[in-house]
Amino acid sequence: MRVLAPWKRAGNGRRGGDPADVVVVGAGHNGLVAACFLARAGLKVQVLERNPYIGGAAVSRRLYDGFTYSNCSYVCSLLRTEIIRALDLPAHGLQIIPYEGGCTLMRNGGHLALYDNHDALRREIARHSRRDAEAYDRFARDMLRHCKFIKPLLLRAPPDPTSFKPGDLRELLYLGRHFGRGGEERMYETLRFWTLSCADLLDEYFESGIVKAHLAGSSIIGTALGPRSPGTAYVLLHHYMGSIDGTVGAWGFARGGMGAITQALAAALRASGGAIRCDAPVERILTRNGRAAGVVLASGEQIPAKLVVSNMDVRRTFLEAMDPAELPEEFVRRVRHFKIRGSSGKLNLALDGLPRFPAIPAGSPCVRGDLHVTDSIDMLERAYDDWKEGRWSQRPYLDILIPTQIDPTMAPAGKHYMSVFVQYCPYALADGPWTDEKRASFGRTVIDSIAEHSPGFRDLILHAEIRTPHDIEREVGLTEGNIFQGELTFDQLLFNRPIPGYAQYRSPIRGLYLCGSSTHPGGGVMGAPGANAATKILGDLRR
Amino acid sequence: MLIETEPHYRQPLLRTPFHERMRAFSQVDSFIPWSGYSTVDVFSSVEQEYFAIRNGASLYDLTPMVKYRITGPDATRFLDRLVTRSVAKLRPGRVAYALWCDDDGLLIDDGTIFRLDAQEYRLCTGERQLDWLLDSSIGFDVGIDEVTAEIAALALQGPCSCWVLKALGLEGIETLAPFEHRSVKLPDRVAAAGAMAGTAMTVSRTGFTGDLGYELWVDPAQAECLWDGLMEAGQVRTLRPVGSRALNIARLEAGFVLPNVDFVSSAHTLRNGTARSPLELALGWCVDFGKGHFTGRRALLAEQGRPPRRRLVGLDIEGTKPAHNALLYGDHRGRREIGSVTSAAWSPTCKRNIALAMLDAPHFEVGRQVWAEIYLNRELTWERRMVRARVVERPFFAPARRRAMPPGDF
Repeated sequence: MRVLAPWKRAGNGRRGGDPADVVVVGAGHNGLVAACFLARAGLKVQVLERNPYIGGAAVSRRLYDGFTYSNCSYVCSLLRTEIIRALDLPAHGLQIIPYEGGCTLMRNGGHLALYDNHDALRREIARHSRRDAEAYDRFARDMLRHCKFIKPLLLRAPPDPTSFKPGDLRELLYLGRHFGRGGEERMYETLRFWTLSCADLLDEYFESGIVKAHLAGSSIIGTALGPRSPGTAYVLLHHYMGSIDGTVGAWGFARGGMGAITQALAAALRASGGAIRCDAPVERILTRNGRAAGVVLASGEQIPAKLVVSNMDVRRTFLEAMDPAELPEEFVRRVRHFKIRGSSGKLNLALDGLPRFPAIPAGSPCVRGDLHVTDSIDMLERAYDDWKEGRWSQRPYLDILIPTQIDPTMAPAGKHYMSVFVQYCPYALADGPWTDEKRASFGRTVIDSIAEHSPGFRDLILHAEIRTPHDIEREVGLTEGNIFQGELTFDQLLFNRPIPGYAQYRSPIRGLYLCGSSTHPGGGVMGAPGANAATKILGDLRR
Repeated sequence: MLIETEPHYRQPLLRTPFHERMRAFSQVDSFIPWSGYSTVDVFSSVEQEYFAIRNGASLYDLTPMVKYRITGPDATRFLDRLVTRSVAKLRPGRVAYALWCDDDGLLIDDGTIFRLDAQEYRLCTGERQLDWLLDSSIGFDVGIDEVTAEIAALALQGPCSCWVLKALGLEGIETLAPFEHRSVKLPDRVAAAGAMAGTAMTVSRTGFTGDLGYELWVDPAQAECLWDGLMEAGQVRTLRPVGSRALNIARLEAGFVLPNVDFVSSAHTLRNGTARSPLELALGWCVDFGKGHFTGRRALLAEQGRPPRRRLVGLDIEGTKPAHNALLYGDHRGRREIGSVTSAAWSPTCKRNIALAMLDAPHFEVGRQVWAEIYLNRELTWERRMVRARVVERPFFAPARRRAMPPGDF
């Protein structure tokens, strides 16, 4: 029987299948999305969160008087419209506000801005290369073609190519047809694209170093690879394939910080009868006769359940919350080698005023977008070299945003919150474990990089939250602090994510499912893994 | 104060006192006519302007709104005969949304009535009505003057609008309730620039966005100073001028009807059956049969006694493509035509594909499913789609902050 995707189902809290208790481990956005769809299908859902607050990596916290930080993830684009709509998240308080443009500040005092207005953008790029100004259209067209290819695959569980089950064959057929639809030429392009390095990709379009440097940023975010590593072209696409109100590639802010997403999901869940418990760290996933039977909390409390859905990454779920002895040997080996390397840090800064960037012309709206300080592919590759050597980048790639220029809710008037995403920062340092001193030193490296382009910047800082991959793992629970719950390389995508044979949200233990970004289609606050997992679970329950 | 540098046969459209300011701000030179004035369609980007309305604060030039001063001992009686709701109940200092019909109970136009005093009102409408007003005033001791050019008007709308007025120096403005208006002293920082200290302006807590918002009514001589003062005060709260296209999305989310879009004035229709009554437009709440005689009362009473033939409804449409002008059907194959869409948009706040539509009985009941015929432009290759649509309650978006007392800062 064909199971209707949950976001296409009508009704709220309607019973579908037998009543079953579900425990969702982790109140991140994917855990909550899965919980919402399961609760709406009539299941009794209990979400358990180990922190005193919900949100996982989509969280807003007030750590300094009057300021709200988007502590981890900081911008939104990939969250599927189908999910927002099906769960009516706007009615539960979610508002996504797009921002326009962005800018890379150059070491020589120049800059390259990106503008929404096409003519402004063309003339801006033409300042650096007239040819690149036109090549940009070709680049955008090709990226949109790749987006068109991948978009329909996001809210579908990938088929198992080795399976002969009717469902898998049907999905394989869909995939094959979908792949073939673009014609032979596009099939070559797609395969090439998925394995290409970002630097090689950009070389096929652009001559200007600054244009390439600006565009390359998205190819290494959250990824322990350099712009010249094969596979990074896909990571670039991963950051392109979202949309806001129909504008593909647009990014925006959740009003009130990224926590607004999980708060709206939590409200939607409660409206459907689901429950969330904070301060409830899950110590062990219980099994009985090879079936999931519930969880044990750190306090020793047992919570029995027919189904367990883990929002934790694949490593944490199977290697820490379970006894590997209960799992197939081959499976455990693969989980151990799942690539989930920490490579990103984050600074959240409360600023006394708006920083000045003399390179950006007065009145340019690009200052309200994403700002960067890496002005060549070489500089980006060298930043990666530092990571390989076990130290944070001495000249890191920064993704800087000041959401309070748009969002009035996150800081007092005239003051600003700055979010600084930092690539690369290793989980394990070559010179021994992370210490408070090293963390502060890492923070200084980042602040110095910004201050190079913004005189007086240091004096504006009222409070700084500095987070290394180590801190992200400790606070959010992401293994090694990997923001995608596992790298987005082709060997770990589609039917290979997280592990070949287990790409359909199921696990070797019956009744235990994964719903986090370790699964297809990966991270980026998309919600798709959670929704797809719910579809699978509901399908299994009906069988 | 209006900028009229050329004779009307060379420059038919008047310019409002804000024109120079708006032209300086415009990035795409997109101006359109509105009631004989040149007004802005879009300044830079519809999307960014829309979000100024729903996230921060926005300025919209309302000056072309046609305004009449209605005074005299019979002013209340005259207006009560003109419009469908009770004006006698409207206290000085209050504003009311009102409709007026012809004798057949068909809608001529809608607008707002400001009660300035016991015997003084201001009527604001989208289109010129002097002919009808003067005819209607026969037998009443009432004076009617068009004062459109004498009053410059700005809509300041959005969740931060109250904050911006406070930052401008309007003390106590947070005590102004929805549909109230108040005369306030022009703040010093505005008046100083115009060297007209002590002059007053009117602030009303009204608007066309369904959000927290105000409308500011000021002497055209003060217009530019007010604009500058607001822009400066609102700078840190993303205040930006917005054009008609952004406003149109917001008004659709708020469920408001627009003349010549969602209905045609019965003063202009040529064909039978194309004009609409307030009941058909689901504006029955605006009709007060208990207040005594008014123009169109008999026809509306008779209509109310009959089963309704059609009604304006809100639709929630599948997919993301706005259903502009879509024909609506009762069945998927499109054999039974039951109405059409009058306004449509993707709602960036509700994340829904919304529309206003006129639907025949019995399809207009909330919860009914209908089918919309949508044409998709696939790179000039057109595709026809029949998509599901559901009749839903209006407004589509009604944040609590629009009525909050006192309003919050965001």
